[in-house]
Amino acid sequence: MLLITCPNCGADCAETELAPGGEAHLERFGPGSTDEDFAGYLFTRKNPKGVHFERWRHAFGCGKWFHAARCTVTLEVFGTYPAQVTEPPAEIVERIRARRPNWEG
Amino acid sequence: MAHRLEKGGRLIDRSQPLGFRFNGRDLEGFEGDTLASALLANDRVLVGRSFKYHRPRGIVASGAEEPNALFGVGAGNRFEPNQRATTTELHAGMEAISQNHWPSLDFDIGAVNAAVASMLPVFSAGFYYKTFMYPRAAWKHVYEPFIRRAAGLGKAPSERDPDSYEHLHAHTDVLVIGGGIAGLAAAREAAASGARVLLVEQTAHWGGRALAEAETRIDGVPAADWATARAAELEADPSVVTRLRTMAAGLYDHGYALLYERVSDHRPGTPGAPRHRLWRVRAKQIVVATGAIERPLTFAGNDTPGVMLAGAVRDYIRLYGVCPGRRAIVYANNDDAYRTALALHEAGAEVVGIVDVRHDAEGALPEMARALQIPIHEGRGIARARGGKRLEGVEIGRLKSGTEIGGAGPAETVDLVAMSGGWSPVVHLYSHCGGKLAWDDTALMFRPHPEAGAPLGPDGEINTRCAGAANGELTSAPCLADARMAGRAAAEAAGFTPGPELPVPAVEEPAEQPVAAHWFTPSRDKYAHGTKHFVDFQNDVTAADVRLAAREGYESVEHTKRYTTLGMATDQGKTSNINGLALLAEALGAPIQKVGTTTFRPPYTPISMGAIAGQAAGPLFKAVRQTPMHGWHAANGADFEPVGDWERPYCYRREGESREAAVRREVLNARGHVGLLDASTLGKIAVKGPDAGVFLDRIYTNMMSTLKPGRCRYGLMCNENGFLFDDGVVVRTGADSFLLHTTSGGSDRVAGHLEEWLQTEWWDLEVYVQNVTDHWAQIAVAGPEARRLIEAAGTDADISADALPFMAFAEGTVAGCPARIFRISFSGELSYEIATPAGHGLALWQALHAAGEAFGAMPYGTEALHVMRAEKGFIMIGDETDGTVTPQDLGLHWAVSKKKDDFLGKRAQSRADLIRPNRKQLVGLSTEDPAEVLPDGAHAVEDIDAPKPMRTIGHVTSSYFSPTLDRSIAMALIERGSERMGETLLFPVGEDKVIRAEVVSPVFYDAAGERQNV
Amino acid sequence: MSDAVSALDGRAAEPRPGLRLAECGLRGQITLRAGDLASSALVGAVEAITGVAVPEALSAGFAGDDRGAVWMAPDELLLFVPHAEVAGAVEMLEGALAGTHHMALDVSHARAVLRLEGADAAETLAKGAPLDFSEAGFPVGRARRTHLGGLAVGIWRRGPEEWELVCFRSFAHHLFAWLETSGVEGAEVGRFGV
Repeated sequence: MLLITCPNCGADCAETELAPGGEAHLERFGPGSTDEDFAGYLFTRKNPKGVHFERWRHAFGCGKWFHAARCTVTLEVFGTYPAQVTEPPAEIVERIRARRPNWEG
Repeated sequence: MAHRLEKGGRLIDRSQPLGFRFNGRDLEGFEGDTLASALLANDRVLVGRSFKYHRPRGIVASGAEEPNALFGVGAGNRFEPNQRATTTELHAGMEAISQNHWPSLDFDIGAVNAAVASMLPVFSAGFYYKTFMYPRAAWKHVYEPFIRRAAGLGKAPSERDPDSYEHLHAHTDVLVIGGGIAGLAAAREAAASGARVLLVEQTAHWGGRALAEAETRIDGVPAADWATARAAELEADPSVVTRLRTMAAGLYDHGYALLYERVSDHRPGTPGAPRHRLWRVRAKQIVVATGAIERPLTFAGNDTPGVMLAGAVRDYIRLYGVCPGRRAIVYANNDDAYRTALALHEAGAEVVGIVDVRHDAEGALPEMARALQIPIHEGRGIARARGGKRLEGVEIGRLKSGTEIGGAGPAETVDLVAMSGGWSPVVHLYSHCGGKLAWDDTALMFRPHPEAGAPLGPDGEINTRCAGAANGELTSAPCLADARMAGRAAAEAAGFTPGPELPVPAVEEPAEQPVAAHWFTPSRDKYAHGTKHFVDFQNDVTAADVRLAAREGYESVEHTKRYTTLGMATDQGKTSNINGLALLAEALGAPIQKVGTTTFRPPYTPISMGAIAGQAAGPLFKAVRQTPMHGWHAANGADFEPVGDWERPYCYRREGESREAAVRREVLNARGHVGLLDASTLGKIAVKGPDAGVFLDRIYTNMMSTLKPGRCRYGLMCNENGFLFDDGVVVRTGADSFLLHTTSGGSDRVAGHLEEWLQTEWWDLEVYVQNVTDHWAQIAVAGPEARRLIEAAGTDADISADALPFMAFAEGTVAGCPARIFRISFSGELSYEIATPAGHGLALWQALHAAGEAFGAMPYGTEALHVMRAEKGFIMIGDETDGTVTPQDLGLHWAVSKKKDDFLGKRAQSRADLIRPNRKQLVGLSTEDPAEVLPDGAHAVEDIDAPKPMRTIGHVTSSYFSPTLDRSIAMALIERGSERMGETLLFPVGEDKVIRAEVVSPVFYDAAGERQNV
Repeated sequence: MSDAVSALDGRAAEPRPGLRLAECGLRGQITLRAGDLASSALVGAVEAITGVAVPEALSAGFAGDDRGAVWMAPDELLLFVPHAEVAGAVEMLEGALAGTHHMALDVSHARAVLRLEGADAAETLAKGAPLDFSEAGFPVGRARRTHLGGLAVGIWRRGPEEWELVCFRSFAHHLFAWLETSGVEGAEVGRFGV
């Protein structure tokens, strides 16, 4: 039962208030893309042991999507940030590096 | 024999006798007794039969670790099987029955299992895997019936549970689990630091083991008194919440804990009181002060009734004033068990000796025993316990080596063995959530080893620590010191500044000599192989079973557990796991640390299903949505069916009418006159913004931006995989605003889908989306008389064919209610859907019925709706679609734009698999026998003589009897369906029956669409 | 014009002495969506309509029984006005926000408002929602959306012992029954941390 802070409204959320949305920062491939790119977008997902960026929706709350940087081993939440970005913000990356010096992200 | 003492018993109230029944016999106990102590007080030493061998078994323990004393407790609708007598508080009128025997506890025919066990492989380690393989026919006729009869413990209750249960969410800074001296000390320190503390104890009393330890004094008073006084202080502290009868069942991520409070088990039927309450706690920090559990010693006949754990014997004497025997022997590898000898002596029992596997029992406690003239047999072991339903005596021998015991030593006639193989910290909760353990070769225990891993909070820092005995500190002084530190550390980690240290409690207790490793006591002659040396009492696993598993190559403790079933009973091996894995390590010649433990999983002890369900039972089982007209439906014969979260009328039955007849009447009436449908459940989503058109063009497969204000268009939604997932009519309500209709079950899903794309991909678009489903009641008026009915009800909108043509929209009032009128049709008839704010819904519904009387209007339900849409060949999401169906599969090419650059699903719809020619396509089916209705889901085959399993070419997606056409109709998804018009397909439907049907167009009625365009 | 009725038509109950539960009847409710909840046009219009300032994140403000504003999301407010005023209020908002991207919808019928009052109100809510309802964890004026009894709700604390909940109208009967059941006499929790 994770405890994650929604960066959009600031509420500390029980996991039951959230809906998971899978891997974050996927690039959408649409019409005109190669079969390989499109299949990768549809089906290929990372499953790292360690630092992971993922999407959540504060479903029983403000309804907004956000991103979380989380360790899949210890479940440590390095930080959360709004969904309207294509890569993790610098301060999140910095925090991860401080906690995981060997991270090769 | 076991008996009640003349005096003593800290927890019982001798002025309050309680009558109870055990196996139909009236017995008496006292207020404060557990069922176990009351049974022992009545000399009920034999309490049950073991699971596999049906061996006679007695009470072994005094707490949650009890493996044997499981009863059916309660009567009638309050009967519950598998209740541990040691944790069941006695109340007046309690009824208990023993389990797992037939025909009676004293004479059990299943005990023959034990007799054959030595001759057959039945029941030895891995018996499931070896025995039931051959001969093949034996499975059905011998093994399965036998296992079915033998499997399962206790009887399931047969009546509905009358009690209520509930959940409670609680938040605290520091959760302290365990109300012994460690928990009390930790809670005290944490509270002194200013933290909010929640302190819970699984039993009905504070103090834990301290209540039974007469030799320990803290701050100059007996440990029990110290604990009671500290508990009283904490109960009065406004920053501390205390709960008795509350067991921590599990610890989960980020400081989440489940606590199981037994609110009224001890006072059943208390009005309004839930029986159990499941606490869902979120704690910043957790202190696990759950104490330790004593280990049995593994010797021949150690399961004979009358062989008990030494600590438990002490508990029964000091807590309940019950002495479990008159002539006792203590068998131990440690000093602590000597306290039991002292307690027995004090209770007037004859302690004929203390058998100590160690050669040098010279500590303070042995000296106290010697002072009482109790003989101590050093370097010896119990070679065998004799007795059947009751212990008769023991044979003692000199221990020579791990596998050999000396010739006949003294044989003693005793009725009680108090055994102690040392103590194991209760690390279960700590281990639930990532706490790692290390084997301590001196203290002979697995203890928490946070350096290798500990439960963590969301910040990645340790949020759970063990304290006291749970942390491996078994004697009071270090236990208290450890707990105080844990309490302070927890408060500090929760963000509080520790206050000045509280005075250190002064502990006086006898010093203890080290425990000695002794995992198996050899025996002589026929039991020498360990076949009667029980490790797991509840699952009847012996030392021989563990060794056999090791010989057969089961090196992993997890495999051995499953192969032997060690630790897999309802007690989850609380008394057996450490002994079992020590034996395994010995057999493998590996260190215990390397063998490791099996995985600890919640719950700590079984909790009730009711507690897990909480309030979600009976009418609150599921949140069901009701329309504003729900009461009217219920009062007018509606048969409800669930549609998504909604309750909708399936049909309205008149007196004496069958469902089929009602549906037929409703369909024919709508087609012939006019019908009224409560369509309020239809999803409605408002979309507004300068980019609304652009957005909807990407969401729907067809073009929505070109829709004119005041007009409607049917639209399809696909996911990125190209598969259809919702459909409905889109209305343009203004220049930059739309109203989307979704399926009844789909409004939340679709609203979420729109938000997801707006927020996470197209956040540059200026669009707002709002789910307004519940704001509107909606009524479909369908049938040739629809227009006249609405006009008769009174409307200020012009709903004539010219002013409001098919797929147009108008606003106004109907019958005095504000209304949005949509000229749309799911029945194929002249049809209007009228939306009014929900608070007017019932009034409008009633007004339309009143006006409709003159036109023969009737309400119709979802089944008539389905029949009529199927007659028209309209698809239904969830019937014709299953998440793998494209619009093209359903012949809906016309609703998929070829002009748009992009929409969700467009790219996928050019993938090879989605354009292959042999995909299943929607067709209609016309059975050869018009009265035969194909079963939903029936599969079609081309060659009925093909060997099984046959290749099927598709399946029926919708199937009805059409009252309009007076014949059956069906839709199906069939491979290359569009090329098969006129072909006859075969549907084997079981029992050699084959239904033949011709492939036809799915539009069965009014193919030209003339009826809706009038 | 027919008289509109609320979901439960003002149903009331007292599941245990001192714990009062009631549906509040029909209130004018407006969902207001806008990118900038602090724009002067929006702030002025909201104050004029509801009599309260735009609430901070996770909070609510009230000026009388059925006039107030609740913060729902970074771009969403739920405004309460007397039901008779709702059409005028929407019109006023449309006027004030004309030319900016926004949405102002009359959703008076979309939700039911329930009121729960009494010393045991917080404990009753804690039986269903995963929030800390203590004075520190949920002070007067706080508003949260969460789940309770299996459905989505909004909860705000109007006074020390005075709470309001909203849920979608079609679930109102379930929420009412859930609160009535959980608050029943005999099921008192006692002190547990709120």
